[in-house]
Amino acid sequence: MSVDKILVITVGLIGIAFTYWFFFMKKEEMVTVTDSVDVLVKGGYSPSTISIPKGKTTKITFIRKDPSSCLEEVVLSDFKIRKYLPMNEKVAIEITPKEAGEFDFTCGMNMFHGKIIVK
Amino acid sequence: MKKTFSIRGMHCASCVRVLERSLKKVDGVSEAVVNLATEKATVSFDPQKVSNQILQSAVANVGYKAIVKDENNHEDEEQKEKGKELKALKIKVIVALGLGALILWGSFPLIMETAPAILQNFFVQFLLAIPVQFWAGFAFYQATIPALRNRTANMDTLVALGTTVAFSYSAFVTLFPKVVEMAGIEPMPYFDVSTIIIGLILLGRYFEARAKMGTSQAIKKLIGLAAKTARIIRDNKEIDIAIDQVQIGDIIRVRPGEKIPVDGVIIEGESAIDESMITGESIPVDKKSGDSVIGATINKSGTFLYKAKKVGEETMLAQIIKLVQDAQGSKAPIQRLADVISSYFVPVVIMLAITTFVVWYVFGGDSAFLFALLNMIAVLIIACPCAMGLATPTAIMVGTGKGAESGILIKDAESLETAQKIGTVVFDKTGTLTKGKPEVTDVVSIQGSKLNTQSLLQIAASIEKGSEHSLAEAIVKKAEDEKITFEKTTGFRAIAGHGVEGKIGKNKVLFGNRKLMEREKITYKEYEDKIAVLEEEGKTVMLLAINKQLAGLIAVADTLKDSAKSGIKALRDMGIEAVMITGDNERTAKAIAHAVGIERIFAEVLPEQKEKIVKDLQVGKNKVAFVGDGINDAPALAASDVGIAMGTGTDVAIEAAGITLVNKNLASVAAAIKLSKQTMKTIRLNLFWAFGYNVILIPVAAGVLYPVFGLLLNPIFASFAMAMSSISVVLNSLLLRKIKLVI
Repeated sequence: MSVDKILVITVGLIGIAFTYWFFFMKKEEMVTVTDSVDVLVKGGYSPSTISIPKGKTTKITFIRKDPSSCLEEVVLSDFKIRKYLPMNEKVAIEITPKEAGEFDFTCGMNMFHGKIIVK
Repeated sequence: MKKTFSIRGMHCASCVRVLERSLKKVDGVSEAVVNLATEKATVSFDPQKVSNQILQSAVANVGYKAIVKDENNHEDEEQKEKGKELKALKIKVIVALGLGALILWGSFPLIMETAPAILQNFFVQFLLAIPVQFWAGFAFYQATIPALRNRTANMDTLVALGTTVAFSYSAFVTLFPKVVEMAGIEPMPYFDVSTIIIGLILLGRYFEARAKMGTSQAIKKLIGLAAKTARIIRDNKEIDIAIDQVQIGDIIRVRPGEKIPVDGVIIEGESAIDESMITGESIPVDKKSGDSVIGATINKSGTFLYKAKKVGEETMLAQIIKLVQDAQGSKAPIQRLADVISSYFVPVVIMLAITTFVVWYVFGGDSAFLFALLNMIAVLIIACPCAMGLATPTAIMVGTGKGAESGILIKDAESLETAQKIGTVVFDKTGTLTKGKPEVTDVVSIQGSKLNTQSLLQIAASIEKGSEHSLAEAIVKKAEDEKITFEKTTGFRAIAGHGVEGKIGKNKVLFGNRKLMEREKITYKEYEDKIAVLEEEGKTVMLLAINKQLAGLIAVADTLKDSAKSGIKALRDMGIEAVMITGDNERTAKAIAHAVGIERIFAEVLPEQKEKIVKDLQVGKNKVAFVGDGINDAPALAASDVGIAMGTGTDVAIEAAGITLVNKNLASVAAAIKLSKQTMKTIRLNLFWAFGYNVILIPVAAGVLYPVFGLLLNPIFASFAMAMSSISVVLNSLLLRKIKLVI
């Protein structure tokens, strides 16, 4: 096998390993919230993992700074919420979780994910 | 068009006249009403002739300030923003495809010979491709860069990667052809690939966005139903006020052809009211004093006055909108698999694209590099996670919206999904199959009893006065109709599932069914024949005993709903078993069941047993729906797989019910199941298409068919297929709007 082929195989394997590490092995930044939190919508959600207390009303304010149509809606399906997020505008959502557990929130097309952890 | 806006600087009644005169003078204004109390003006005008500025200056001319805003409705804003985005997108599509076509003409084998020499020049192609890549395609980078910063990826990431690779390689070839040639590769740019891909994907996005606007049409229609103003009577004067100013207790006048502003009860006058927009029922309903009216319905014939009972978020329309919005935000269980897959999708596709490049480079033989490059781009471009993400929610949105238009309100996607599997529908008799307004049909005096029928009715009605049972109401009403005076009752007690007891004077009175008589050891057997005759006619017979002696019988019958028979037949035609549950005895129950065509019945059921029967019917995988009025049967509704509540009054958000039928039409039960079946069929087809598309075409793009069939997918075709896949999913969901839910 020629050198260039060995080189392409090596770089390819590193590329695959890097892709895996980059997307699947990231550590979620978690924010513990007591009454309200602002979530920036730009290439995903930050913070993407929010810990909130059970039985208390928490206000989550989304502000979208990303023009991608993918992010124009936010869906909290466990709380039956689907909201349109206009660009650069604050959209507040209030939830009062009755059960502890992990609940996902996603964009309208389910490409970007965030998590609400109820404790 | 009518508009209400605030006016600043008013302080007396004369201001009102001055303002009204000034506004009415404006060409195109047909009516202007100014209200001092609310400091608001309501103006009817022709929007072609009159603008906000004209209204503002008409007010300013007489020394006041008007705050005219366009309806600050969220939906409107959303619509406007979407409209703007679409417009911008359209320009980008035209530019990208236009420039792309020129490049294609100058570079695609077979047709390039016909192109002017200038288009065949690589540098010219390079210049034409730059604006497409970095202006039209800017949105892909704009989405990709922040996403990568968050270590996530989406659709845009794939497009950005694919087109950047194509563009950069082509740019390199154009600028340094010698270097490429030295590597043994023919220096050939692929600007056509990068530009046409961007153009086609943007075009797909444009159509997809337009189609998606259709999926939320039902909600917009519902919001549009609300009246804008109400004509209320205050201080003996009729004034027009904005809908959000109406308060509970306001007296509102509605004239023929007008929209009823909020929910309430008629206090004067009568009319026929078209409620089709809320209930789906096409025939107008006659209403008179004492009847309730629903906001947003249309008054057809008469003028009437009514008292507002529910305003703002409490109105039936607002509740319906909330319910439909909730349902559209909920997730169907069928979506779970798609959720899991899409969360891994994009990174996996990137890994596959790298693999494609490596495999082609190593085993591709001559011009391996070009094969590797183009096939890698094809893999990146053809992968379409959007179709998977859109498959379920778009269908749920259209399905729940379609239901709402026909008076079928679905609480969440899960109920919609479960409803298709229903094998048995249990109907509560009273108020569901029947109108729930029983009437006294027979009063029988027992031989030996000294009481005539009048006295029997008097005693029964007196004792039932305190009861809330629907049968009690019938007896009290009958007594009132016959102008019988009531006697004072002491020691009243209701015995659930049996009847009532109490004392009138010194006499102990028992009134109820056989079970009550047996419990109190009162003999009634000699009248069993008489009771049987009444029961076979479908009547409910109650026995009256005074001081442990049977004194008389009172029979009550409830009329069947007009839609009962056809509603049950529609279910039977779908192969679904209908079951009736009732507190009546077997014989009465059978007579009624026979009349509507139900074969299986549960009679003499105590209210608390309904839940158990529902659970017993859920044997194996049999899914059971319970249809009730949502008031007395909440446990049974909750225990069933899908609780279906027949709407009563203006309350639609019945907690225990998964589906609420606001039209009280029994055919809607079958219609709801049909809607569920159709929606799920659409979802399955969407998912099958979305999954199948990726599973089949990604390997094809990678070139797996090449060794055997010599088949490769040009990245341009890959982008076309990818654009089509999202659009086809959304369009398929929109087809749901076409189904007929015959009611």
